[in-house]
Amino acid sequence: MNMLEIRNLHARVEGKDILKGIDLTIRAGEVHAIMGPNGSGKSTLSNVLAGREDYEITEGRVTFEGKDLLALPPETRACEGVFLSFQYPVEIPGVSNMVFLKAAINARRKHQGLPEIEAVDFLAWVKDRVKKMHMDIKVLQRGVNEGFSGGEKKRNEILQMLLLEPRLMILDETDSGLDIDALKIVAEGINTMRSPERATLLVTHYQRLLDYVKPDFVHVLAGGRIVKSGGPELAQELEARGYGWLDAA
Amino acid sequence: MSTPAQNIQDLVRKGEYRAGFVTDVAADTVPPGLSEDTIRFISAKKNEPQWLLDWRLKAFARFQKMTEPVWAHLHYPPIDLQSISYYSQPKSMKDGPKSLDEVDPQLLETYKKLGIPLKEQEMLAGVAVDVVFDSVSVATTFKQKLKDAGVIFCPISEAVREYPELVQKYLGSVVPQGDNYYAALNSAVFTDGSFVYIPKGVRCPMELSTYFRINERNTGQFERTLIIADEGSHVSYLEGCTAPQRDENQLHAAVVELVALDDAQIKYSTVQNWYPGDENGKGGIYNFVTKRGDCRGKRSKISWTQVETGSAITWKYPSCILRGDDSVGEFYSVAVTHHRQQADTGTKMIHIGRNTRSTIVSKGISAGHGQQSYRGLVRVQQSAENARNHTQCDSLLIGDACGAHTFPYTEVRNPTAHLEHEATTSKIGEDQLFYCLSRGISAEDAVSMIVNGFCKQVFKELPMEFAVEAQKLLSVTLEGAVG
Ligand SMILES: Nc1ncnc2c1ncn2[C@@H]1O[C@H](COP(=O)(O)OP(=O)(O)OP(=O)(O)O)[C@@H](O)[C@H]1O
Ligand SMILES: [Mg+2]
Repeated sequence: MNMLEIRNLHARVEGKDILKGIDLTIRAGEVHAIMGPNGSGKSTLSNVLAGREDYEITEGRVTFEGKDLLALPPETRACEGVFLSFQYPVEIPGVSNMVFLKAAINARRKHQGLPEIEAVDFLAWVKDRVKKMHMDIKVLQRGVNEGFSGGEKKRNEILQMLLLEPRLMILDETDSGLDIDALKIVAEGINTMRSPERATLLVTHYQRLLDYVKPDFVHVLAGGRIVKSGGPELAQELEARGYGWLDAA
Repeated sequence: MSTPAQNIQDLVRKGEYRAGFVTDVAADTVPPGLSEDTIRFISAKKNEPQWLLDWRLKAFARFQKMTEPVWAHLHYPPIDLQSISYYSQPKSMKDGPKSLDEVDPQLLETYKKLGIPLKEQEMLAGVAVDVVFDSVSVATTFKQKLKDAGVIFCPISEAVREYPELVQKYLGSVVPQGDNYYAALNSAVFTDGSFVYIPKGVRCPMELSTYFRINERNTGQFERTLIIADEGSHVSYLEGCTAPQRDENQLHAAVVELVALDDAQIKYSTVQNWYPGDENGKGGIYNFVTKRGDCRGKRSKISWTQVETGSAITWKYPSCILRGDDSVGEFYSVAVTHHRQQADTGTKMIHIGRNTRSTIVSKGISAGHGQQSYRGLVRVQQSAENARNHTQCDSLLIGDACGAHTFPYTEVRNPTAHLEHEATTSKIGEDQLFYCLSRGISAEDAVSMIVNGFCKQVFKELPMEFAVEAQKLLSVTLEGAVG
């Protein structure tokens, strides 16, 4: 079954058209990579899917598991299983990671008609995932992303993903700013989440991440449209030749 | 599609005042008007000794020569002091404070509704309460238990009769009668408030708290609180305030004086939730308060913590006079202005003794059309060798129509002083809000989480139970406001 169907999606921000007709279908179990030059609209697409309101949808539709995704508010999308790992995660000073994660998990449980998670279960659950991400347990006491290094912020995003167990994972340049070891840890995190029920949309600039997380499809987003799609070999070609040759083609 | 800014506005608008009901009790209220006769009337009502009446009249004489201060960043029509009634007491209280069993059940019900049960067995263990209803103290709980520890905790009108030497010695010794316009007015017409004395070396066995309630229409509340911590003693005191929802403005002009002798510590916390007026700025309490602590002794410490969510207008600068060597003053504040509320608040730290230290942490939150100013003075006198101050002043704006202003003043007359000042202004970021939403957290929960995070440094200074209350209050006040 198609998990996500994007049809002729147009979006603009501050009077400027950014997405100019995106078509993309993602089935459960698949990993799609999106590459493309800076400013081509990759983050815009990610944010539009997650429900950011700064963007005006001027045309098109998006269906997620049969539902009209664009009609749902962002928090409902999240509760239904859409997850965005931010290119630039924000800091929320004074709000501990622990409080934040618990609020997120309980929001989701409430949506599913479940009672709040037991404190003991929550703790065990969080500790296990923190370990998987090779993070220090102390991060739970720190403010959300407060004073985190760039790489720590990205790792924290994946930690949240492991805890929330979404259905559709949109990862916007989660590999940027990671050192070599951290990249492996993040990739492992992503791979543990791979399953026939889940799908991943991976925005990246580099082949490196794709060595660890093998995509089924690679798309090139340029000028607000998908200008080329292919298999994993397309990423290698882009790595070797850049984006210039696509204009000529 | 609605914009995030609109969402924030909608969310902010939902907050409502939950203490706004009126208790329908028969009351003895003097007709409006301010004159020597009013003062004689109050003094007679309270059976006061001559010295106190003379003290009041002297204050009134000074008051008449003073004019209302206009320097604060506040806008309001002139207050007509002749249209206010200066004394109101529930009829059932005619014969003075009674034991709890005799208190009018209607009054007990009022406090229960406000979440302050006065039956001792229903209360939070470890908190003694004095409740002031309009101009009189209704009841004081746990009096005996405190007495056993040597602690005096009673209405100030009772202290005047029972402990005249203490009152006479300390009343007006921190905030002189002519200190400022509102303090002079208060000195002339003050009605009730709490009196605390902690003897040498005693750690007060429980939290003390006073709960102020304005009920009658057109009545001003002028309470006076005096806390004395003798050598080596410790006390933690909390005050709470609410008032009914009315269309007219009401005046509250209090004076609080704290005295800490050698090695004594006073922690004074306020959760102020006077009626703030409606969305369009109609009604609400005008809160003009003078609070000052005198670290008179060596190594003494006075700490002010305030959470100010109410009042149409707040004019308030809890201050510390660091007279004793090695004394410490602290000011932790969260102030919220919402709708048309205005607040001009901050602190003064006056360093006189050697090695005196002060800390100021001010967190201002503005939403709707709220306007807020931080006004702080750090003065280091010539005698204050090695004085230290750290000031941190953060403002959080919710929406585009509100404002935050900072007026820090410093006067340094000793070159060994070390002063640090940090200030930030941030908007509840749309980015922060979206981040929470994208994790499934509702906008309301997100706002409350972000705001509480912003205030954390101050909340952790409050006694445990009250920190929880303060957080809830903040969430109600700003119901859903995040940006
Ligand atoms: N809120 C906004 N206001 C104004 N312009 C915006 C806004 N958001 C995006 N844009 C513009 O839209 C275009 C696409 O931005 P987007 O962030 O989607 O690019 P990207 O493909 O993710 O780039 P990168 O590879 O650098 O992350 C850019 O020109 C950007 O400046
Ligand atoms: Mg991007």
